Parts: sequence; C-alpha cells; structure tokens
Amino acid sequence: MTREPHQPAENDAAPGADETHGIGGYLIGLAAAGVLTWLSFTVASGTFVWGPGIPAALVALAVAQMGVHLVFFLHITTGPDHSNNVLALAFGVLIVALVLAGSLWIMAHLNLMMPTTMPMDGGP
Amino acid sequence: MLGKLTWAAIPFNEPIPLTVSIIMVLSILGIVGFVWFKGWIPYLWREWITSVDHKRVGVMYCILAFVMLLRGFSDAIMMRSQQALAYNSPGYLPPDHYDQVFSAHGTIMIFFVAMPFVVGIMNFVVPQQLGVRDVAFPTLNSVSFWLTASGVLLINLSLFIGVFARTGWLPYPPLSELAYSPDVGVDYYLWSLQIAGVGTLMSGVNLVTTILKVRAPGMSYMRMPVFCWTSLASNLLIVAAFPILTATLAMLTLDRYLGFHFFTNDLGGNPMMFVNLIWAWGHPEVYILILPAFGIFSEVISTFSSKPLFGYRSMVAATMAICILSFLVWLHHFFTMGAGANVNAVFGVATMIISVPTGVKVFNWLFTMYGGRVRYTTPMLWSVAFMTTFVIGGMTGVLMAVPPADFVLHNSLFLVAHFHNVIIGGVLFGLFAGYTYWFPKAFGFKLDERLGKCAFWCWLVGFYVAFMPLYVLGLMGMTRRMQHYDVPEWQPWLIVAAGGAGLIALGIAFQILQLVYSIRTRDRRRDVTGDPWDGRSLEWSTSSPPPAFNFAIIPDVHGEEAYWHIKERALDQQLMPEEPVYEAITLPRNTPTGFITAFFAVICGFSLIWHIWWLVIAGLLGAFATFVVFAWRDEAEFEISATEVARIDRARRAARGIRLPLVERLV
Amino acid sequence: MSIAATHPGLTDPYKIGHEGGESQAVGHGEGGPAPTKVVVGFGFWIFLLSDIIMFAAFFAAYAVLSPATAGGPGPHELFDLTNVKIETTFLLLSSFACGLATIAAAKGRLLNAQFWLVITGLLGASFLFLEVREFATMIGKDAGPQRSAFLSAFFTLVGCHGLHVTAGLLWLGTMMAQLWAKGFQPQVMRRLLCFSLFWHALDIIWVAVFTVVYILGVSQ
Repeated sequence: MTREPHQPAENDAAPGADETHGIGGYLIGLAAAGVLTWLSFTVASGTFVWGPGIPAALVALAVAQMGVHLVFFLHITTGPDHSNNVLALAFGVLIVALVLAGSLWIMAHLNLMMPTTMPMDGGP
Repeated sequence: MLGKLTWAAIPFNEPIPLTVSIIMVLSILGIVGFVWFKGWIPYLWREWITSVDHKRVGVMYCILAFVMLLRGFSDAIMMRSQQALAYNSPGYLPPDHYDQVFSAHGTIMIFFVAMPFVVGIMNFVVPQQLGVRDVAFPTLNSVSFWLTASGVLLINLSLFIGVFARTGWLPYPPLSELAYSPDVGVDYYLWSLQIAGVGTLMSGVNLVTTILKVRAPGMSYMRMPVFCWTSLASNLLIVAAFPILTATLAMLTLDRYLGFHFFTNDLGGNPMMFVNLIWAWGHPEVYILILPAFGIFSEVISTFSSKPLFGYRSMVAATMAICILSFLVWLHHFFTMGAGANVNAVFGVATMIISVPTGVKVFNWLFTMYGGRVRYTTPMLWSVAFMTTFVIGGMTGVLMAVPPADFVLHNSLFLVAHFHNVIIGGVLFGLFAGYTYWFPKAFGFKLDERLGKCAFWCWLVGFYVAFMPLYVLGLMGMTRRMQHYDVPEWQPWLIVAAGGAGLIALGIAFQILQLVYSIRTRDRRRDVTGDPWDGRSLEWSTSSPPPAFNFAIIPDVHGEEAYWHIKERALDQQLMPEEPVYEAITLPRNTPTGFITAFFAVICGFSLIWHIWWLVIAGLLGAFATFVVFAWRDEAEFEISATEVARIDRARRAARGIRLPLVERLV
Repeated sequence: MSIAATHPGLTDPYKIGHEGGESQAVGHGEGGPAPTKVVVGFGFWIFLLSDIIMFAAFFAAYAVLSPATAGGPGPHELFDLTNVKIETTFLLLSSFACGLATIAAAKGRLLNAQFWLVITGLLGASFLFLEVREFATMIGKDAGPQRSAFLSAFFTLVGCHGLHVTAGLLWLGTMMAQLWAKGFQPQVMRRLLCFSLFWHALDIIWVAVFTVVYILGVSQ
C-alpha cells in the first residue's frame, strides 16, 4: 500500500531491526544466555540453593534469560523508539500472568472442593 | 478411501433436516446459476472475491453475517415454537435434533453473525476514520475473511452431511468427548471454529497494527475517533483471547482424535479445566463484540445530536479499563462449578467493578444528547433503544454477579434472557445502527427511513416480548435448553415469547424489504456529496462510495473531529479548500490467495472431520503451495496515475462545491 | 487540501510546538503512517505475542495436570536432563547463528547470510531430531500421551513447540530459496526480519519449557 512517511522513522523502530548492531550484542547475549542456562541446570541439583527456594530461583533465572534474548537478540529495549513494542510486550505478559495465575488458583480450589473421580497422584 | 464418510451421512430418513438441506442446496445452486447466466462472475471475481480493499472485505463480512443471521434466527424460531408446544408433549423436534438446533443457534450467532458483522464494520470504517488508504496488511485481510467464510461453509455442510454438535455452543466435556459424542458433530464444530479462529486472529493483528502504526499525520492517539479506540481495545482482546480458544479447542481435538486425556473422566483428565480455559476466552469474547458497538454509538449519538462527544478522555479511559478488566472476571460463568466462596467472591466483585466504566459511557452518551439538536433518524433510534435495553441487561448481569443469586439462576432462562438482552440490545442494535449509518458511505445511497423505522419498532417490541418472559420463567425455575416440560405455569410465557420471536421475524422481513426497496429506488436517496448526515469524522470527507484509494491526499489532522473543522472552515468561508497537487498512488494488487487458501482450508477441515487422511495431507500441501506462490510474486502493487486521481477527486470536489452554499445547518 | 492556504505561517503542521492556538499532537504516530518495515515488524511482534499467549494456555494445562500421572510414569522416570541440555545448546546456538545471518543480510553478503541460515537450520533440525527421539523412546516405554493426563499435557506442550520449530524450518527453507532467487529486495528483508523474530521467540519459549517442564519436573 502507499505509505507516505512524512518523517523518517526517528521515533519508531521495528522490533528486531538492527541496522546499527554488530556481532558484539549477539556474543554478549550468547554468553549471558549460556551462563544462565548452565546456572538453571546447576540450581536444580540443590547444592547451591536451599531446596524450597529452587523453584523461585529457577523462575528468576528463566525470566533473566528471556530478558537477555529480548534485549540482545530481539533488540527490544526501553528506548523511546520502542515504546509501542514494550507496551505490547507488557500487555502480553499481563495476559499470560492472568491466565496462568488465574487458572492455577481456580483449578487448585476446584480440586480441593470438587475432586475428580480419579484422585490425582499425590493428592489428598 | 473416504474415511468415515458414507451415504448414511445424508439425512434421507429425517424429514426436517432433509427438507431444509434440499431448500438450502437448491437456493445456493439457484443463486450461483443466476449469477452465472447474468455474466456477473468475472466482475465478482475481479472486484470482490480477489479484492484486498478493506471496504470490499468489510462489506463481504457484513453480507456473510446477515445471511448467517437468517440461519441462526430460523434455529431460534424452531426453538421457540418447540418450547411453546412442548408442555406434556414431545413437540415436533426430537431431542436429538433440538440439541443440534440450540447448539447451532449459539455457535452461528456468536461466531458467524456477531463476529463477522463487527469485524466487517471495523474493517470498513477504521482506515477511513484514521485518514489512510487501507489496513496494514491488505492481503492478510482478504485471507482472514475467506477463512471465516470457510468456517461458515463447514458449519453449513453439517446440516446435510452428517450431524452437528449436540453439546451447546461451548462443548463442555465429558459430553463432548468421544465416549459420549462419538459422531462427527463435535468435530464439525471444532474444525469450523479453529479455521475461522485463525482468520479472526489475523484480523486482530491487522487492525491493532493499523490503529497503532498507520494513521494520518497529526492524528495522535487523543485525536482518534472513539470508534477507533474501541476497535483498538476490541482487537487487542482478539489478539489476547483467541489463542486461548485455539489452545483449548486443540486440546479437546487431541482428546477426540488421538485419545489424549486432557478433559476425560479417566486417567487423570479434568473436565473442569475445559470450562475454566474456555471461559477465559469466552468472557473477553463478549467484550470483543460489545466494545465496537459502544464505539458505533459514540459516533452515531454525537453526529445526530450535532455535538461533539461528551467526555472524550473519560470515554477513552473507560474503554481501555473495560479492555483490561474483561480479563479479570471469567469465573462468573461457572460460579456453581465449586471453586468455593473466596474465589467466587473475588470474581463476583470484579464483575461488578466492570460495570462502572460502562456506566461512565452511558452517562457520556446522555450528556452528549443533552443540549444538542437531536435528529431521530433510524441509527439514533437504535442508539436510544440500546441505552435502555442494554442497561436493563447489564443490571441483570450485575444481579447474577452475586454468587448466591447465581446459584439459583445459573443455567436458567434468566441467564438466557440476560445474555440475549445485552447481546441483542447492545451488540446487534449497535450493528444495525452502524449498518444504517455507514450504508450510504459504502454504496452511495441511503436506506429508506420509513422501512428502517418499521424494522426498528418490530425488533424493539419483538425483543421485549420475546425475552422479558424468559426472565420470569428463569425466576420460576425453568432451566435452559429444555426440549419438553411438564410445568403448566410455564407454557403461557413461552407462547408469548414465541410471539415475540414472530415479531422479530417481522422486523427482519422489514430489513430485507428495506434493502431490496432501497436498492430499487436508490436514485431518490443518492448521497451526492459523501456527507449525508453532516458527519464529524474523516470518512465523511470522501465521496460515497469512496475511490479505491480513499483519500486523494492523506489529510493533515489538527484536532479531534478532523473533518468537522475542515467543514466548518469551508462553510464559514463559503470556499472549498485549495485544490491540492495530485500525485500517483500505488495500491496493492488484488489476489486470489485468500480464496484459494480458504478452498484448501475447507478441504482440510472436511477431511479431518470425516477422517479422510490422504485428503488432509493434500489440503495442507495445497495451502503451503499457495503460500509459496503468493510469496514469490514480483508485482505486488499497481499504480493509479496522477491524472486519474485528479479526475476522480475533482468530481468529488465539484459535488461538494455545488452543495456548499446550499448547506443549511439546522438552526 | 492545502493547509498553507488556510493557515499562513504553518509550514510543517505536524511538528510539535506550532503557534496559533492549535492543540499540540502528542504521542506516537502523529508523523503519519509508519514505514512498511516498522509496520510489518510490529504486526509480526503482535502475532508473536498472541502465540505466546497460546503457549500460556498449554502451560496452564500442563501445570494443572502435571500431578495427574494416573499411576503411570512421572517426570523422574522419564526425563533425561542430559538430552535436554544438548537440545537447549542446539537451540541457543541456532538463535545465535540466526543473528549472524541477520547481520550478514544487513550488510548485503548473500553467501555469508545463506551459510549462517544453513547452520541455523541444521542446529534446529538437530534439536528436533533429539526431541523426536525422546518422544519415540517415551512412547516405546508405554509412556505415550494416551497414558495419563500428565503425559497428554507434556506431549502437547513440548510437541507444540516442536511443531513451531518444524514450521520455522519450512519457512527457513523457503526464505533461503527466496534469497537465492530474488536477492535482498525489501520484502525479502522484511520477511527475514519476521523469521528472525520468530526464531528467537521460539528460543524464549524453550527457556520456559525446559525450566518449568524438565528442571522443575525432575527436582520435585
């Protein structure tokens, strides 16, 4: 379609576009992601993190790694030319959180009050 | 070779489906044959079927919706007449059919009437209101429409090849699992919706991108018309909610096709999870439908009150609040499933909170009318009726948001009355108002006012006569979806309700008559200038119908109600704006991609339903090949020369220039 | 229509800060329709977010159903973390290779870009091979998706990711063919942008999968 941009896209960037980025960003991203992955697998063994804290640590590491991907591979930053992209991401994250947390909360209560005919393994 | 498909699939021994199928097949053949012999096929192919113009796509969506309204409504007439007759009697519809009828009624009305109608109007109006030439992804738009049409075709095939689901419009397991629904009915439902759902999701992505990234210069967020804001909120909800529907239906499909255990009764499945997930989609879905209707009312009420919309900023805030809040209330659809008082209380309170921004909107509309010079045209009548009717429906909703009350009323006719109250009074009235309001823009002539008003009154009175008895019946204890009953007190109310349905039928008849009559006498009501209602937003600055490129020059926007300022200045100075310098315009080429994709989608869907596995693979390969062929094309655009643009636009300016001294503002 | 005629002095109406009592345009997008690349990139980003929400629904189902092993095998008996580590490495490296391909494409180096795209594809295919082998092993041990709700949810969630990777490889092949046939035309570059967004997003989803499904599954 005809687009007649009256100004160059000085305040608007496509997600992932990276004319000015070189290999440096990707290398940092690869290294950081690698470290975080290694940490995740190590944490699970239980030697470095206190047992009950393992799920929280894993979630934190996963979120960090997603952030690394977003910044270094997808080039989504909090700069002014990315505000649309970040807002969209925030909306998506909100919906994901609502669906996950909501479903887990609801289903836990349902299982408590209305157990299904085959009791779940590990259930009451 | 043909999977489960045999001659037994055709209902030779069932008179009602057989008769209906024969009528339908003959009508379709008749229409196609008529069009063929008149020689319209090349025109239709070139100008409509392969069109990627948002205006054409929008109109096709609306036509699809209206045709399916007839099918969904005939299901309603069947239900109402059956219930009016079935006191201590089997009625005329065996339970097996009755179950399919109410399931088809709901499915068709939500997915193939309300959704396409809403999407169609958004498609037609939004780019024009934003002052641009088309949506962000025109070809994707065409594909979206044709995928929806594929869903329509599949669900209509279920009428005469096989059966439809008997599970209601949301197929709760374990009834919808293979053990209790072994035939193809639920499969028709699943594939029809999955295919149409892909189209809807693509449409959501398209419109979100358009509204956020493709607007005329100077049109900042707070200068967009309110209809564009509500469309943005609605499409954000589509993008957020439809994936949940896709996933949930996929899980049910896996249970049925591959023996998985998501929702089965055995081996750890949890049927309640289906209910949870499907309503996590289902509640945002109703807001997807109502928000654009709210936007239509904002446009119509301000235009016909000859006043700017009252409280623009609070309207925007209310819209976005509703958008977010709609994801916080979904449990109110299953208070009685047993999550307990704490969970129920949280979601009950959230449901009540969501009525607040809606109330803000209603007050803003009222204040818009107050002090204005109100013209009671048909769209305005629909709007005023909406305000009372929707408020009643909303109040019954808030009543049911109280969990203890819902324990009495859940799945009774009170619930049925409530949601019809808000969907008909809200969504459908809004769509009818929008249809009448934007019809001249689409086709170049107005619809006949008198017939429109007759249709309106029949619909309005018919709606109340048909659904107010259902509130009473719900309070008297009648459950929904009953094929017969033995409580004598119920029958008089059901007879009255059937009468109401008859009145609505009369309303629909008037609408069809209005359309036919208006087309035949269109020269009397030509929209010469493109601004038949003294409109306020940019779509009224184009001719009716607009040229393919909408605007010869993309307008510069300086404030809210962009067109109103342009018009006021021209009227004050009694002078048209200066003629611009015309340039050539490039537009995307038409393409059969959408239609061909839909063809392969139908092949895939049908063969999945009937387990014709080799055909499924063939269909998928065909779809992939279509994608590759489309991706390979070199000529994606064509150009309209500057001289041609100039010629078209000068005609528009001339029509307006002649009218300039003649426009009297109603004093 | 000419603003200049009716608003003398306003030569660039959409710049912020013009005089004359006109309200100032604020917020994004007031410069007119965005360039095609921005529009396409953003549109695809919105689609990716919708895809992530779909995965969230599958995650929710998995989280709810993971205790429901119906007396059958659970994560401890079935998950091989070494295999998962290798899969993760392959996918991460393929994301990196995709990044290198994007850089090469931006610089107009066709052979370079194609080379890194091939590497991306090979690593992705290796990931898939390991995953299919894992599935086959599990099915062979009577731990297929029909065995229990936990297994249904596992196979669906991880399998959906695998299907996306498969679709991505098909897309990759088509992109490479287009690059050969058409070179670095604007629409090909836009599609490469979309592909790289898709490929990186798949790696992000995999982070969630290996954390929630495999590591958390085994450690509990």
